[in-house]
Amino acid sequence: MTTSTRQPRIKILINSGMALSNVLEIPTGFNFENVARNVALEALLEGGQTKTPKPMKTGTTIAGLVCKEGVVLGADTRATSGEVVADKMCAKIHYISPNIYCCGAGTAADTEKTTDLLSSNLTIFSMNSGRNPRVVMAVNILQDMLFRYRGQIGASLILGGVDCNGNHLYTVGPYGSIDNVPYLAMGSGDLAALGILEDRFKPNMEMEEAKELVRDAIHSGIMSDLGSGNNIDICVISKQGVDYIRPYQESEYKDKRQKRYKYGPGTTSILTEKIVPLELEVVQETVQRMDTA
Amino acid sequence: MAAVYMSANRSENAFSTVDLVPEWAQEEVSTGTTIMAVEFEGGVVIGADSRTTTGAYIANRVTDKLTPIHDRIFCCRSGSAADTQAVADIVTYQLGFHSIELDEPPLVQTAANLFKQTCYRYREELMAGIIVAGWDKRRGGQVYTVPMGGMIVRQPVSVGGSGSSYIYGFMDSNYKPGMTKEECLHFCTQALALAMERDGSSGGVARLAAITEEGLERRVVLGNQLPKFSNA
Repeated sequence: MTTSTRQPRIKILINSGMALSNVLEIPTGFNFENVARNVALEALLEGGQTKTPKPMKTGTTIAGLVCKEGVVLGADTRATSGEVVADKMCAKIHYISPNIYCCGAGTAADTEKTTDLLSSNLTIFSMNSGRNPRVVMAVNILQDMLFRYRGQIGASLILGGVDCNGNHLYTVGPYGSIDNVPYLAMGSGDLAALGILEDRFKPNMEMEEAKELVRDAIHSGIMSDLGSGNNIDICVISKQGVDYIRPYQESEYKDKRQKRYKYGPGTTSILTEKIVPLELEVVQETVQRMDTA
Repeated sequence: MAAVYMSANRSENAFSTVDLVPEWAQEEVSTGTTIMAVEFEGGVVIGADSRTTTGAYIANRVTDKLTPIHDRIFCCRSGSAADTQAVADIVTYQLGFHSIELDEPPLVQTAANLFKQTCYRYREELMAGIIVAGWDKRRGGQVYTVPMGGMIVRQPVSVGGSGSSYIYGFMDSNYKPGMTKEECLHFCTQALALAMERDGSSGGVARLAAITEEGLERRVVLGNQLPKFSNA
Protein backbone atom coordinates (compact mmCIF):
# COMPACT_ATOMS: atom_id res chain seq x y z
CA MET A 1 0.00 0.00 0.00
CA THR A 2 1.40 3.34 -0.94
CA THR A 3 0.56 6.30 1.22
CA SER A 4 1.08 9.81 -0.04
CA THR A 5 2.28 12.52 2.34
CA ARG A 6 1.43 16.06 1.34
CA GLN A 7 3.96 18.50 2.67
CA PRO A 8 2.28 21.67 3.88
CA ARG A 9 3.75 24.75 2.30
CA ILE A 10 4.22 27.98 4.20
CA LYS A 11 3.52 31.27 2.57
CA ILE A 12 6.62 33.41 3.17
CA LEU A 13 6.65 37.01 2.08
CA ILE A 14 10.01 38.74 2.34
CA ASN A 15 9.28 42.44 2.18
CA SER A 16 12.47 44.23 1.30
CA GLY A 17 13.54 47.24 -0.70
CA MET A 18 14.43 44.95 -3.58
CA ALA A 19 11.54 43.33 -5.39
CA LEU A 20 12.72 39.75 -4.81
CA SER A 21 9.97 38.15 -2.77
CA ASN A 22 10.12 34.46 -2.07
CA VAL A 23 6.52 33.42 -2.19
CA LEU A 24 5.80 29.74 -1.75
CA GLU A 25 2.14 29.43 -2.44
CA ILE A 26 -0.13 26.60 -1.51
CA PRO A 27 -0.49 24.80 -4.82
CA THR A 28 -3.97 24.30 -6.18
CA GLY A 29 -5.11 21.36 -8.23
CA PHE A 30 -3.71 17.86 -8.21
CA ASN A 31 -0.32 17.34 -6.59
CA PHE A 32 1.85 15.27 -8.91
CA GLU A 33 4.89 15.19 -6.60
CA ASN A 34 4.38 11.61 -5.63
CA VAL A 35 4.10 10.56 -9.27
CA ALA A 36 7.58 12.01 -9.84
CA ARG A 37 8.82 10.32 -6.68
CA ASN A 38 7.41 6.96 -7.76
CA VAL A 39 9.05 7.23 -11.18
CA ALA A 40 12.39 8.04 -9.54
CA LEU A 41 11.98 5.12 -7.11
CA GLU A 42 11.06 2.79 -9.91
CA ALA A 43 14.18 3.81 -11.85
CA LEU A 44 16.35 3.24 -8.77
CA LEU A 45 14.95 -0.20 -8.05
CA GLU A 46 14.52 -1.28 -11.65
CA GLY A 47 18.06 -2.62 -11.88
CA GLY A 48 17.68 -4.18 -8.41
CA GLN A 49 15.86 -7.24 -7.19
CA THR A 50 12.56 -5.78 -6.14
CA LYS A 51 9.86 -3.56 -7.57
CA THR A 52 7.81 -0.92 -5.81
CA PRO A 53 4.73 -2.45 -4.19
CA LYS A 54 1.54 -2.04 -6.17
CA PRO A 55 -1.19 0.08 -4.63
CA MET A 56 -3.96 -1.93 -3.05
CA LYS A 57 -6.66 -2.46 -5.66
CA THR A 58 -10.01 -3.98 -4.98
CA GLY A 59 -9.79 -6.37 -7.96
CA THR A 60 -13.40 -6.98 -7.44
CA THR A 61 -16.91 -7.89 -8.46
CA ILE A 62 -19.65 -5.42 -7.67
CA ALA A 63 -23.17 -5.40 -9.03
CA GLY A 64 -26.42 -3.54 -8.62
CA LEU A 65 -29.95 -3.68 -9.90
CA VAL A 66 -33.17 -1.74 -9.64
CA CYS A 67 -36.19 -3.74 -8.52
CA LYS A 68 -39.80 -2.87 -7.80
CA GLU A 69 -39.37 -1.77 -4.19
CA GLY A 70 -35.87 -0.34 -4.32
CA VAL A 71 -32.27 -0.97 -5.24
CA VAL A 72 -30.12 -4.02 -4.44
CA LEU A 73 -26.31 -3.65 -4.35
CA GLY A 74 -23.87 -6.52 -3.98
CA ALA A 75 -20.11 -6.91 -3.64
CA ASP A 76 -17.44 -9.49 -2.85
CA THR A 77 -15.03 -8.83 0.03
CA ARG A 78 -11.54 -9.48 -1.32
CA ALA A 79 -8.91 -6.72 -1.57
CA THR A 80 -5.65 -7.57 -3.33
CA SER A 81 -2.19 -6.01 -3.38
CA GLY A 82 -0.53 -7.51 -6.43
CA GLU A 83 -1.08 -11.23 -6.03
CA VAL A 84 -1.59 -11.28 -2.27
CA VAL A 85 -4.99 -11.00 -0.66
CA ALA A 86 -4.55 -7.94 1.53
CA ASP A 87 -7.99 -7.98 3.15
CA LYS A 88 -10.40 -10.93 3.29
CA MET A 89 -13.28 -8.99 4.75
CA CYS A 90 -13.06 -5.67 2.94
CA ALA A 91 -16.21 -3.54 2.96
CA LYS A 92 -16.82 -2.35 -0.58
CA ILE A 93 -20.33 -1.03 -0.11
CA HIS A 94 -19.85 2.44 1.33
CA TYR A 95 -22.38 4.58 3.15
CA ILE A 96 -23.12 7.87 1.42
CA SER A 97 -26.36 8.95 3.08
CA PRO A 98 -29.29 7.17 4.76
CA ASN A 99 -30.86 6.55 1.35
CA ILE A 100 -27.79 6.20 -0.87
CA TYR A 101 -25.03 3.58 -0.87
CA CYS A 102 -22.07 3.21 -3.19
CA CYS A 103 -20.02 0.19 -4.32
CA GLY A 104 -16.44 0.95 -5.30
CA ALA A 105 -14.00 -0.82 -7.63
CA GLY A 106 -10.49 0.27 -8.56
CA THR A 107 -7.83 1.58 -6.19
CA ALA A 108 -9.02 0.92 -2.62
CA ALA A 109 -7.74 4.22 -1.21
CA ASP A 110 -9.34 6.26 -4.00
CA THR A 111 -12.79 4.69 -3.64
CA GLU A 112 -12.63 4.96 0.16
CA LYS A 113 -11.67 8.64 0.22
CA THR A 114 -13.92 9.69 -2.65
CA THR A 115 -16.97 8.14 -1.03
CA ASP A 116 -16.04 9.62 2.36
CA LEU A 117 -15.74 13.08 0.80
CA LEU A 118 -19.07 12.67 -0.94
CA SER A 119 -20.72 11.45 2.25
CA SER A 120 -19.43 14.44 4.23
CA ASN A 121 -20.60 16.92 1.60
CA LEU A 122 -24.06 15.37 1.49
CA THR A 123 -24.34 15.33 5.29
CA ILE A 124 -23.64 19.08 5.34
CA PHE A 125 -26.23 19.57 2.62
CA SER A 126 -28.78 17.51 4.57
CA MET A 127 -28.24 19.61 7.66
CA ASN A 128 -28.54 22.85 5.71
CA SER A 129 -31.67 21.91 3.80
CA GLY A 130 -33.33 19.48 6.19
CA ARG A 131 -33.93 16.79 3.58
CA ASN A 132 -32.33 13.61 2.33
CA PRO A 133 -30.10 14.14 -0.69
CA ARG A 134 -31.18 12.93 -4.11
CA VAL A 135 -29.17 10.36 -6.03
CA VAL A 136 -28.61 12.73 -8.98
CA MET A 137 -26.94 15.20 -6.61
CA ALA A 138 -24.48 12.57 -5.41
CA VAL A 139 -23.81 11.55 -9.00
CA ASN A 140 -23.18 15.12 -10.13
CA ILE A 141 -20.76 15.83 -7.27
CA LEU A 142 -18.82 12.65 -8.09
CA GLN A 143 -18.76 13.44 -11.78
CA ASP A 144 -17.48 16.98 -11.16
CA MET A 145 -14.67 15.77 -8.93
CA LEU A 146 -13.52 12.83 -11.04
CA PHE A 147 -13.57 14.86 -14.26
CA ARG A 148 -11.49 17.58 -12.62
CA TYR A 149 -8.80 15.03 -11.69
CA ARG A 150 -8.66 13.74 -15.26
CA GLY A 151 -8.66 10.02 -14.45
CA GLN A 152 -5.85 10.18 -11.86
CA ILE A 153 -8.32 9.02 -9.22
CA GLY A 154 -8.85 5.35 -10.07
CA ALA A 155 -12.38 4.92 -8.77
CA SER A 156 -15.16 3.13 -10.67
CA LEU A 157 -18.29 3.48 -8.60
CA ILE A 158 -21.80 2.09 -8.65
CA LEU A 159 -24.22 4.43 -6.89
CA GLY A 160 -27.64 3.20 -5.87
CA GLY A 161 -30.35 4.89 -3.88
CA VAL A 162 -34.00 5.64 -3.31
CA ASP A 163 -35.31 9.20 -3.19
CA CYS A 164 -38.50 11.14 -3.85
CA ASN A 165 -38.06 10.59 -7.60
CA GLY A 166 -37.87 6.82 -7.43
CA ASN A 167 -35.20 4.11 -7.42
CA HIS A 168 -31.95 4.96 -9.18
CA LEU A 169 -28.77 3.15 -10.19
CA TYR A 170 -25.82 5.03 -11.69
CA THR A 171 -22.27 4.17 -12.62
CA VAL A 172 -19.47 6.74 -12.49
CA GLY A 173 -16.23 6.01 -14.34
CA PRO A 174 -12.75 7.16 -13.30
CA TYR A 175 -12.67 9.85 -16.00
CA GLY A 176 -16.02 11.26 -14.93
CA SER A 177 -18.52 9.67 -17.30
CA ILE A 178 -21.88 8.58 -15.94
CA ASP A 179 -24.48 6.06 -17.11
CA ASN A 180 -27.97 5.55 -15.75
CA VAL A 181 -28.98 1.90 -16.19
CA PRO A 182 -31.36 -0.61 -14.54
CA TYR A 183 -28.63 -3.19 -13.80
CA LEU A 184 -24.88 -3.07 -13.66
CA ALA A 185 -21.69 -4.90 -12.80
CA MET A 186 -18.17 -3.46 -12.41
CA GLY A 187 -14.69 -4.55 -11.41
CA SER A 188 -12.45 -7.31 -12.70
CA GLY A 189 -15.22 -9.90 -12.33
CA ASP A 190 -17.83 -7.86 -14.12
CA LEU A 191 -17.94 -9.91 -17.31
CA ALA A 192 -18.91 -13.03 -15.38
CA ALA A 193 -21.46 -11.18 -13.23
CA LEU A 194 -22.95 -9.39 -16.22
CA GLY A 195 -23.58 -12.71 -17.93
CA ILE A 196 -25.83 -13.78 -15.07
CA LEU A 197 -27.56 -10.41 -14.94
CA GLU A 198 -28.20 -10.27 -18.69
CA ASP A 199 -29.74 -13.71 -18.56
CA ARG A 200 -32.13 -13.33 -15.64
CA PHE A 201 -32.84 -9.62 -15.20
CA LYS A 202 -36.45 -8.51 -15.61
CA PRO A 203 -37.83 -5.04 -14.92
CA ASN A 204 -39.80 -4.66 -11.64
CA MET A 205 -38.56 -7.80 -9.94
CA GLU A 206 -39.64 -8.85 -6.45
CA MET A 207 -37.21 -8.13 -3.63
CA GLU A 208 -36.30 -11.75 -2.80
CA GLU A 209 -35.76 -12.66 -6.42
CA ALA A 210 -33.60 -9.54 -6.88
CA LYS A 211 -31.42 -10.42 -3.88
CA GLU A 212 -30.91 -13.95 -5.18
CA LEU A 213 -30.00 -12.65 -8.64
CA VAL A 214 -27.40 -10.23 -7.26
CA ARG A 215 -25.99 -12.98 -5.05
CA ASP A 216 -25.70 -15.30 -8.05
CA ALA A 217 -24.03 -12.58 -10.11
CA ILE A 218 -21.39 -11.89 -7.43
CA HIS A 219 -20.92 -15.60 -6.89
CA SER A 220 -20.21 -16.08 -10.58
CA GLY A 221 -17.67 -13.25 -10.40
CA ILE A 222 -15.99 -14.90 -7.40
CA MET A 223 -15.82 -18.26 -9.15
CA SER A 224 -14.48 -16.96 -12.45
CA ASP A 225 -12.14 -14.16 -11.37
CA LEU A 226 -8.97 -14.39 -9.32
CA GLY A 227 -9.31 -10.86 -8.00
CA SER A 228 -12.69 -11.54 -6.38
CA GLY A 229 -13.45 -13.89 -3.56
CA ASN A 230 -14.32 -14.60 0.05
CA ASN A 231 -17.72 -13.45 1.26
CA ILE A 232 -20.66 -11.73 -0.44
CA ASP A 233 -22.16 -8.52 0.97
CA ILE A 234 -25.63 -7.39 -0.02
CA CYS A 235 -27.21 -4.00 0.61
CA VAL A 236 -30.93 -3.52 0.04
CA ILE A 237 -32.19 0.06 -0.13
CA SER A 238 -35.90 0.76 -0.12
CA LYS A 239 -38.30 3.49 0.97
CA GLN A 240 -38.67 1.84 4.37
CA GLY A 241 -34.95 1.83 5.01
CA VAL A 242 -31.68 0.08 4.39
CA ASP A 243 -30.79 -3.55 5.08
CA TYR A 244 -27.00 -3.94 4.97
CA ILE A 245 -26.40 -7.68 5.20
CA ARG A 246 -22.73 -8.28 5.82
CA PRO A 247 -22.01 -11.05 5.07
CA TYR A 248 -24.99 -12.26 3.09
CA GLN A 249 -23.14 -15.43 2.36
CA GLU A 250 -19.85 -16.68 3.74
CA SER A 251 -17.24 -18.32 1.59
CA GLU A 252 -17.39 -22.13 1.47
CA TYR A 253 -13.61 -22.25 1.46
CA LYS A 254 -13.05 -20.76 4.91
CA ASP A 255 -10.16 -22.33 6.75
CA LYS A 256 -10.34 -23.29 10.45
CA ARG A 257 -7.67 -21.73 12.67
CA GLN A 258 -5.47 -24.48 14.11
CA LYS A 259 -4.92 -22.77 17.46
CA ARG A 260 -5.50 -19.50 19.32
CA TYR A 261 -2.90 -16.87 18.56
CA LYS A 262 -3.56 -14.67 21.58
CA TYR A 263 -0.91 -14.87 24.29
CA GLY A 264 -1.88 -13.88 27.81
CA PRO A 265 0.40 -11.92 30.17
CA GLY A 266 3.01 -14.19 31.73
CA THR A 267 3.74 -16.19 28.56
CA THR A 268 7.13 -14.52 28.32
CA SER A 269 9.03 -14.66 31.65
CA ILE A 270 10.36 -11.36 32.97
CA LEU A 271 14.03 -11.60 33.96
CA THR A 272 14.81 -8.09 35.26
CA GLU A 273 12.75 -4.99 36.01
CA LYS A 274 14.05 -1.43 36.31
CA ILE A 275 11.78 1.51 37.19
CA VAL A 276 12.94 5.06 36.44
CA PRO A 277 10.70 7.77 37.94
CA LEU A 278 10.14 10.79 35.68
CA GLU A 279 10.71 14.02 37.60
CA LEU A 280 8.37 16.73 36.36
CA GLU A 281 8.45 20.32 37.54
CA VAL A 282 5.42 22.61 37.13
CA VAL A 283 6.77 25.64 35.22
CA GLN A 284 3.60 27.48 34.29
CA GLU A 285 -0.11 27.08 34.97
CA THR A 286 -2.75 28.90 32.98
CA VAL A 287 -6.51 28.71 33.30
CA GLN A 288 -8.68 29.37 30.26
CA ARG A 289 -12.36 29.86 30.86
CA MET A 290 -14.62 27.98 28.50
CA ASP A 291 -17.87 29.57 27.59
CA THR A 292 -20.30 26.70 27.46
CA ALA A 293 -23.44 28.79 27.52
CA MET B 1 10.38 19.15 -2.38
CA ALA B 2 9.72 15.51 -3.03
CA ALA B 3 10.65 13.20 -0.18
CA VAL B 4 12.58 10.35 -1.70
CA TYR B 5 13.26 7.63 0.82
CA MET B 6 14.86 4.25 0.39
CA SER B 7 14.25 1.41 2.76
CA ALA B 8 17.45 -0.57 3.03
CA ASN B 9 16.09 -4.03 3.67
CA ARG B 10 13.16 -4.54 1.35
CA SER B 11 11.33 -7.79 1.86
CA GLU B 12 12.39 -10.57 -0.42
CA ASN B 13 9.11 -11.23 -2.18
CA ALA B 14 8.79 -9.15 -5.32
CA PHE B 15 5.27 -8.15 -6.21
CA SER B 16 4.61 -9.33 -9.71
CA THR B 17 3.50 -7.06 -12.47
CA VAL B 18 0.36 -9.09 -13.10
CA ASP B 19 -2.44 -6.66 -12.66
CA LEU B 20 -5.80 -8.04 -11.64
CA VAL B 21 -7.63 -5.21 -13.33
CA PRO B 22 -7.89 -6.05 -17.04
CA GLU B 23 -6.42 -3.58 -19.47
CA TRP B 24 -9.67 -2.65 -21.10
CA ALA B 25 -10.98 -1.49 -17.73
CA GLN B 26 -8.13 1.00 -17.44
CA GLU B 27 -8.93 2.69 -20.72
CA GLU B 28 -11.08 5.71 -20.95
CA VAL B 29 -14.74 5.31 -21.74
CA SER B 30 -15.30 6.37 -25.34
CA THR B 31 -18.41 6.81 -27.40
CA GLY B 32 -16.80 5.39 -30.56
CA THR B 33 -19.95 5.99 -32.41
CA THR B 34 -22.15 7.01 -35.30
CA ILE B 35 -24.10 10.25 -35.04
CA MET B 36 -25.93 12.25 -37.68
CA ALA B 37 -28.31 15.14 -38.19
CA VAL B 38 -30.44 16.27 -41.14
CA GLU B 39 -32.25 19.54 -41.77
CA PHE B 40 -35.73 19.63 -43.27
CA GLU B 41 -38.37 22.27 -43.79
CA GLY B 42 -39.61 23.06 -40.30
CA GLY B 43 -37.04 21.25 -38.18
CA VAL B 44 -34.26 18.72 -37.88
CA VAL B 45 -33.93 14.98 -37.44
CA ILE B 46 -31.05 13.65 -35.36
CA GLY B 47 -29.89 10.10 -34.82
CA ALA B 48 -27.26 8.10 -32.99
CA ASP B 49 -26.33 4.53 -32.13
CA SER B 50 -26.23 3.42 -28.49
CA ARG B 51 -22.83 1.83 -27.84
CA THR B 52 -20.27 3.10 -25.28
CA THR B 53 -16.97 1.22 -25.14
CA THR B 54 -13.98 1.00 -22.81
CA GLY B 55 -11.39 -0.55 -25.09
CA ALA B 56 -13.01 -3.70 -26.42
CA TYR B 57 -15.70 -3.95 -23.74
CA ILE B 58 -19.12 -2.42 -24.24
CA ALA B 59 -19.71 -0.48 -21.05
CA ASN B 60 -23.24 0.58 -21.93
CA ARG B 61 -25.23 -0.89 -24.81
CA VAL B 62 -28.24 1.40 -24.42
CA THR B 63 -26.56 4.81 -24.20
CA ASP B 64 -28.47 7.94 -25.07
CA LYS B 65 -26.10 10.12 -27.06
CA LEU B 66 -28.78 12.66 -28.01
CA THR B 67 -28.49 15.17 -25.19
CA PRO B 68 -30.94 18.06 -24.76
CA ILE B 69 -29.25 21.44 -24.40
CA HIS B 70 -32.43 23.46 -24.45
CA ASP B 71 -36.12 22.92 -25.25
CA ARG B 72 -35.58 22.83 -29.02
CA ILE B 73 -31.82 22.32 -29.25
CA PHE B 74 -30.03 18.99 -29.00
CA CYS B 75 -26.47 17.83 -29.35
CA CYS B 76 -25.14 14.48 -30.57
CA ARG B 77 -22.02 13.41 -28.68
CA SER B 78 -19.04 11.45 -29.99
CA GLY B 79 -15.55 10.98 -28.57
CA SER B 80 -14.73 10.64 -24.90
CA ALA B 81 -17.86 10.07 -22.81
CA ALA B 82 -16.54 12.05 -19.84
CA ASP B 83 -15.39 15.00 -21.96
CA THR B 84 -18.62 15.27 -23.97
CA GLN B 85 -20.83 14.95 -20.89
CA ALA B 86 -18.84 17.68 -19.16
CA VAL B 87 -18.90 20.03 -22.18
CA ALA B 88 -22.62 19.45 -22.69
CA ASP B 89 -23.27 20.29 -19.03
CA ILE B 90 -21.22 23.50 -19.34
CA VAL B 91 -23.05 24.62 -22.50
CA THR B 92 -26.46 23.72 -21.02
CA TYR B 93 -25.73 26.02 -18.10
CA GLN B 94 -24.40 28.86 -20.26
CA LEU B 95 -27.26 28.63 -22.76
CA GLY B 96 -29.89 28.44 -20.00
CA PHE B 97 -28.48 31.57 -18.39
CA HIS B 98 -28.31 33.37 -21.73
CA SER B 99 -31.90 32.43 -22.56
CA ILE B 100 -33.17 33.74 -19.22
CA GLU B 101 -31.30 37.02 -19.77
CA LEU B 102 -32.80 37.41 -23.24
CA ASP B 103 -36.22 36.23 -22.07
CA GLU B 104 -36.67 34.29 -25.32
CA PRO B 105 -35.64 30.87 -26.68
CA PRO B 106 -31.96 30.84 -27.72
CA LEU B 107 -30.70 30.45 -31.29
CA VAL B 108 -29.15 27.20 -32.48
CA GLN B 109 -26.22 29.24 -33.79
CA THR B 110 -25.61 30.53 -30.25
CA ALA B 111 -25.55 27.01 -28.83
CA ALA B 112 -23.20 25.86 -31.57
CA ASN B 113 -20.84 28.75 -30.94
CA LEU B 114 -20.81 28.06 -27.20
CA PHE B 115 -19.75 24.50 -27.99
CA LYS B 116 -17.10 25.80 -30.35
CA GLN B 117 -15.67 28.19 -27.76
CA THR B 118 -15.23 25.44 -25.18
CA CYS B 119 -13.98 22.85 -27.66
CA TYR B 120 -11.48 25.25 -29.26
CA ARG B 121 -10.12 26.74 -26.04
CA TYR B 122 -9.48 23.32 -24.50
CA ARG B 123 -8.71 21.55 -27.76
CA GLU B 124 -5.52 19.93 -26.39
CA GLU B 125 -7.27 18.41 -23.38
CA LEU B 126 -10.60 17.42 -24.88
CA MET B 127 -11.58 14.64 -27.23
CA ALA B 128 -15.06 15.63 -28.35
CA GLY B 129 -16.80 15.66 -31.73
CA ILE B 130 -20.26 17.18 -31.46
CA ILE B 131 -23.16 17.86 -33.81
CA VAL B 132 -25.52 20.59 -32.62
CA ALA B 133 -29.00 20.60 -34.14
CA GLY B 134 -32.31 22.25 -33.36
CA TRP B 135 -35.05 24.63 -34.35
CA ASP B 136 -35.37 28.33 -33.70
CA LYS B 137 -37.75 31.01 -34.90
CA ARG B 138 -35.21 33.00 -36.92
CA ARG B 139 -33.76 30.37 -39.22
CA GLY B 140 -35.88 27.24 -38.66
CA GLY B 141 -34.12 23.88 -38.53
CA GLN B 142 -30.32 24.07 -38.49
CA VAL B 143 -27.44 21.61 -38.17
CA TYR B 144 -23.98 22.77 -37.06
CA THR B 145 -21.04 20.42 -36.77
CA VAL B 146 -18.25 21.06 -34.24
CA PRO B 147 -15.63 18.35 -34.83
CA MET B 148 -12.48 17.73 -32.76
CA GLY B 149 -10.28 20.80 -32.76
CA GLY B 150 -13.13 23.25 -32.49
CA MET B 151 -14.20 24.14 -36.03
CA ILE B 152 -17.79 25.17 -36.65
CA VAL B 153 -19.65 24.87 -39.93
CA ARG B 154 -23.32 24.75 -40.82
CA GLN B 155 -24.35 21.87 -43.08
CA PRO B 156 -27.74 20.62 -44.28
CA VAL B 157 -26.73 17.07 -43.37
CA SER B 158 -23.85 15.96 -41.19
CA VAL B 159 -22.45 12.66 -39.91
CA GLY B 160 -19.87 12.12 -37.18
CA GLY B 161 -18.09 9.55 -35.09
CA SER B 162 -16.03 6.53 -35.98
CA GLY B 163 -18.88 4.94 -37.98
CA SER B 164 -19.36 7.98 -40.16
CA SER B 165 -16.54 6.96 -42.50
CA TYR B 166 -18.67 4.09 -43.79
CA ILE B 167 -21.71 6.15 -44.71
CA TYR B 168 -20.34 9.22 -46.49
CA GLY B 169 -21.11 7.59 -49.82
CA PHE B 170 -24.63 6.66 -48.77
CA MET B 171 -25.20 10.15 -47.39
CA ASP B 172 -23.94 11.92 -50.53
CA SER B 173 -25.97 9.79 -52.91
CA ASN B 174 -29.21 9.55 -50.94
CA TYR B 175 -29.64 12.98 -49.39
CA LYS B 176 -31.95 15.25 -51.33
CA PRO B 177 -32.91 18.77 -50.22
CA GLY B 178 -36.61 19.22 -49.54
CA MET B 179 -37.34 15.88 -47.82
CA THR B 180 -40.22 15.57 -45.39
CA LYS B 181 -39.86 14.62 -41.74
CA GLU B 182 -40.76 10.97 -42.35
CA GLU B 183 -38.34 10.74 -45.28
CA CYS B 184 -35.58 12.19 -43.09
CA LEU B 185 -36.31 9.69 -40.31
CA HIS B 186 -36.18 6.84 -42.82
CA PHE B 187 -32.92 8.20 -44.29
CA CYS B 188 -31.35 8.39 -40.83
CA THR B 189 -32.47 4.91 -39.84
CA GLN B 190 -30.93 3.43 -42.97
CA ALA B 191 -27.68 5.35 -42.58
CA LEU B 192 -27.31 4.34 -38.92
CA ALA B 193 -28.10 0.71 -39.75
CA LEU B 194 -25.38 0.65 -42.42
CA ALA B 195 -22.81 2.24 -40.13
CA MET B 196 -23.67 -0.02 -37.18
CA GLU B 197 -23.28 -3.03 -39.46
CA ARG B 198 -19.75 -2.09 -40.51
CA ASP B 199 -18.27 -0.25 -37.54
CA GLY B 200 -17.26 -2.32 -34.50
CA SER B 201 -17.57 0.65 -32.17
CA SER B 202 -21.18 1.36 -33.17
CA GLY B 203 -24.16 -0.80 -32.40
CA GLY B 204 -27.05 -1.50 -30.09
CA VAL B 205 -30.25 0.36 -30.86
CA ALA B 206 -30.76 3.35 -33.14
CA ARG B 207 -32.06 6.41 -31.31
CA LEU B 208 -33.78 9.09 -33.38
CA ALA B 209 -35.40 12.41 -32.55
CA ALA B 210 -37.33 14.93 -34.64
CA ILE B 211 -37.27 18.54 -33.41
CA THR B 212 -39.84 21.00 -34.76
CA GLU B 213 -41.59 24.14 -33.61
CA GLU B 214 -44.36 22.05 -32.03
CA GLY B 215 -42.01 19.94 -29.99
CA LEU B 216 -39.94 16.84 -29.78
CA GLU B 217 -40.59 13.31 -31.02
CA ARG B 218 -38.21 10.55 -29.93
CA ARG B 219 -38.00 7.09 -31.46
CA VAL B 220 -36.03 3.95 -30.74
CA VAL B 221 -35.41 1.31 -33.40
CA LEU B 222 -34.35 -1.93 -31.71
CA GLY B 223 -31.46 -3.95 -33.08
CA ASN B 224 -33.58 -6.63 -34.68
CA GLN B 225 -35.91 -4.08 -36.28
CA LEU B 226 -33.15 -2.25 -38.14
CA PRO B 227 -33.31 -2.47 -41.95
CA LYS B 228 -31.17 -5.25 -43.38
CA PHE B 229 -29.14 -4.63 -46.50
CA SER B 230 -27.54 -7.98 -47.17
CA ASN B 231 -28.48 -11.58 -46.74
CA ALA B 232 -25.22 -12.46 -45.01
